[in-house]
Amino acid sequence: MNANGSTVPALSLQAVRKVYAMGDSEVVALDDVSLDVAPGEIVALVGPSGSGKTTLCSIAGAILSPTSGRVVVAGTDITGYSPKQLTAVRRDLVGFVFQSVNLVPFLTARENLLVVDEIGRRTGAAAKARADQLLGELGLADRARNLPAQLSGGQRQRVAIGRALMNEPKLVLFDEPTSALDSKLGMAVMELIQQEMKARGTAAIVVTHDERITRFCDRSVHMDDGRITQS
Amino acid sequence: MMLALRELRRRPGRFSAAGLILILIALLLMFLGGLLDGLLRSSTGAVRALDGDLVVYTASAEDSFLRSRIEPAQRQAIEAVDGVDTSAGIGVAQLGARRTDRGPRDLLDVVVFGAEAPPKGLDAIPADGEAVADSSLREQGVSEGTVLLIGPARSELTVVGFVDDTQYLGQAALWTTPASWREILQTNRPDQQLGADVFQSLVVRVADGASATDVAAAIDAATGGATATLTVEAAANGLPGVESQRTTFNQIIGVTVGIAVVVVALFFALLTVERAALYGVLKAVGARSGTLFGGLVLQALVLSAVACVVAGAAALALDAAIPPGSIPLRITGARLGQSSVFLLVAAIIGCAFSLRRLLRVDPASAIGSGS
Repeated sequence: MNANGSTVPALSLQAVRKVYAMGDSEVVALDDVSLDVAPGEIVALVGPSGSGKTTLCSIAGAILSPTSGRVVVAGTDITGYSPKQLTAVRRDLVGFVFQSVNLVPFLTARENLLVVDEIGRRTGAAAKARADQLLGELGLADRARNLPAQLSGGQRQRVAIGRALMNEPKLVLFDEPTSALDSKLGMAVMELIQQEMKARGTAAIVVTHDERITRFCDRSVHMDDGRITQS
Repeated sequence: MMLALRELRRRPGRFSAAGLILILIALLLMFLGGLLDGLLRSSTGAVRALDGDLVVYTASAEDSFLRSRIEPAQRQAIEAVDGVDTSAGIGVAQLGARRTDRGPRDLLDVVVFGAEAPPKGLDAIPADGEAVADSSLREQGVSEGTVLLIGPARSELTVVGFVDDTQYLGQAALWTTPASWREILQTNRPDQQLGADVFQSLVVRVADGASATDVAAAIDAATGGATATLTVEAAANGLPGVESQRTTFNQIIGVTVGIAVVVVALFFALLTVERAALYGVLKAVGARSGTLFGGLVLQALVLSAVACVVAGAAALALDAAIPPGSIPLRITGARLGQSSVFLLVAAIIGCAFSLRRLLRVDPASAIGSGS
């Protein structure tokens, strides 16, 4: 049970397989992967390049559909969803923090958070209040009007975390969140992620190469050749 | 949508090149349209000013005053047609005019209209030997009291007033009595002289409640097919050169709109390629392709609207700066509006070429990308 009292897994992958066609041959990116992430649980997804971490993350985040298997996000079975339905799932249930941060360069920190509302629910004043609250919690209240170019790497990453939390997601996917930061800043960001996820009871999957950051996670899942080798 | 507007506001430099080109295209559209309107106005003004509903030519005249002859017997038959309220005879004589205070080679191009009824804008036809002139002659130094010597026989017509917008094929009209017109025709164009009470054409006013097209058909039937009756608008459009002017300019305007489509398509296609990573991220966080395309269209529309406003102001300034009578430019609100609509439609069509590229942006590109 998480802080919100929910017992429904934030993510449940059951025998998921993903195969890409490459000319006449096929590449198996995920092979019979099953994974449950409980509400509020932080899972580190560790493995070498090409091990299938990104594909797993994309399927968990409703960006890709599996070739076979079942995907359930926050109790919603999205296995056979159309691209349009998957877009709605990403908008309503999932948050993303990307490796290269990818903030909109001509928007202020606050506006980058409000983008999520603009393309989604359009709650107006409520979204503005939530953006201000998140910026305050992330220690960015005095930077709300700054453009990304006026922020440090760590501040930009915190804005990206705020953006991922704007839609009150059940699951946040962090794609190498510390790879662009120095070691000290990377640890500080992971500490922040841990605090924020736990405080909200939001589940998270943190994709990483860096074994050092697994200590901020509840458990680590190792992948190799499209399979989970250790959980 | 706010995203698109904010980008326009905060990164105006990014759109400046396309904006400048669109301003020039909008100005060209407005200038071409203004030239067409000016040319049509100077060609058709006198016919549009005829105070009636129908113009009757003889069938063999091919809608030309010069070749048409309406005999008194035909006129009687026409006036007897149900739905004909009044008819007024009209005749023209295209001649050069000299001013008494200028040299013999300093000719003014004029058309003498002998009319039984005054054109719109005039209460009455002046007395014999007098004429009301089209106001474009003012720019050539003609004023009230000026005596014009018409044609090689130098028939005298004294200008006693002016009326607006009555040019005929680029020449200024002189509105006078049928008697003066007949005398001018007889002395200057003996080959074209007409018998008494013969006019080149009739201007017919239809009775209240009658359909102009039905009455036109009835007139042609009553004369046994000897006449060709047109509405005043059709008569104006049927003047020599008018349709070819309109077609030529409309084709040039069409090509210009096509260029606008290409400019917008290229610019926003490049912008879409440049923004592919950003679109990938926005799609990953739940943006629909339709929302992103809507933003693109909005930017194109705002850019085009700004271009239209700037070009419209420039066109009006140009119109004010060009000396009257030098080129037939006529800038109207309707033409500015029409040109703006053309450009806005071109912007939407141009954007549509980016839709496929935008749809192909994969949200998965945002994941696992360090670039």
